[in-house]
Amino acid sequence: MSRREVLKLSPLALASVLLADRVREPVVEAGLRFSDWISARQFGATRLAETFADTQLTPFGTFPYNYYDVLDPEVDLESWTLSVEGDVARPGEYTLDQIKSLPHITQNTRHICIEGWDVIGNFSGVRISDFLELIGASPAARFIEVECADDYYTSIDMNAARHPQSLLCYEMYGKPLDAGHGAPLRLQMPTKLGYKQAKYLVTFRVSNVLGPRRGYWEDLGYSWYGGV
Amino acid sequence: MIAPQARYEHPYVVRLCHWLSAISLSVMIGSGIEIFRAFPSFGAKIPQHDLVEVPSWLAFGGWLGGALQLHLTFMWLFAGSGALYVIYQIWSRNYRQVLFARPDVRGVWPVLRHYFFFGPKPRVVESYNPLQKLAYTTAIVLGMLSVLTGVALYKPVQFQWLVWLLGGFQWVRFEHFVAMIGLLSFIPGHVVMVAIHGWSNFASMFSGWKSEA
Repeated sequence: MSRREVLKLSPLALASVLLADRVREPVVEAGLRFSDWISARQFGATRLAETFADTQLTPFGTFPYNYYDVLDPEVDLESWTLSVEGDVARPGEYTLDQIKSLPHITQNTRHICIEGWDVIGNFSGVRISDFLELIGASPAARFIEVECADDYYTSIDMNAARHPQSLLCYEMYGKPLDAGHGAPLRLQMPTKLGYKQAKYLVTFRVSNVLGPRRGYWEDLGYSWYGGV
Repeated sequence: MIAPQARYEHPYVVRLCHWLSAISLSVMIGSGIEIFRAFPSFGAKIPQHDLVEVPSWLAFGGWLGGALQLHLTFMWLFAGSGALYVIYQIWSRNYRQVLFARPDVRGVWPVLRHYFFFGPKPRVVESYNPLQKLAYTTAIVLGMLSVLTGVALYKPVQFQWLVWLLGGFQWVRFEHFVAMIGLLSFIPGHVVMVAIHGWSNFASMFSGWKSEA
């Protein structure tokens, strides 16, 4: 009787196989995908992130410059255009002035790093949803993949991209983005972690299938969804 | 082998949840330490004042991304086994054995006096003495706090009312950390007491049965 009681716990011994890398890696990858799936289901498409008064802003001087390779990839701002590709009616090169012709949005929102720190910044730009309309993005498209002048890349889900606070940002603290913060154009989405806020955008691809290159950090092991 | 006066101490669900929690809590603490090492502070990023320098051998996962994969996988096991335990204890009405309640307050000091100051051994009429009930109840509350603060940290925008209730984002990180320290400090006391109470008591968390001999 006692032995049977102990045996009933034997499935727990399976946990020890998790010590083997070959077993643990697929398990935690599945765990991460499951967490991402729940996160996407739980995301409120119209739930707004908190906004703050100007007095609550992190001073511009202490807003961190975070980068993975180079702080200034020396983008030529004169000739810069954003290449739009994929499931769009009007692909091609878009100038900053064309992007700026969309309604201008300014918001003070929290920027949260996966490392655990947070800052409140002032960001201006245009809604990604307005830009998607401008380029005639397919309503069935599920993802946006971006590539950057510093070879960084990431991708986001359409629900987060169409969120009313998700911006193509070209100004911080009322000034055009400086080189360190991603001049001339970056993503700024208060519903995503910092590594999703790609800087120095050069390519904007609308797609229905996510390619093998999901994101620089994502391909190394960070959560693809990266939502907060 | 079961002594003639063996007693069924721990139902299957309780034993299962105990070991699932033990495994998942260990992974959560180890990976949590690696995550904390990425920003070992509760203040500003610039200037950054590190609270402590946590040695890497305490951490699981190898790097922040690896630790997060562990954390975001085992959190379901930790929360799930905790929820199953609480629901089972309420459903089976066994919760009264472990829930520290007002009548237990008076009994705490005599047990402490017995353990630490050679006081007389208090007569225990229930399964657990008042100090044990206090420790178990505290651990369960800390487990709940770690899940609640964890939800707020994982989804601070989706659950911003929770972040607000808990005092703000960096406060939530601090509270999550405090809950971890509390759970961590429960473990040595728990293990020492189990060691003192001998094999039969320890084995009962596997088999369910405890000999009275």
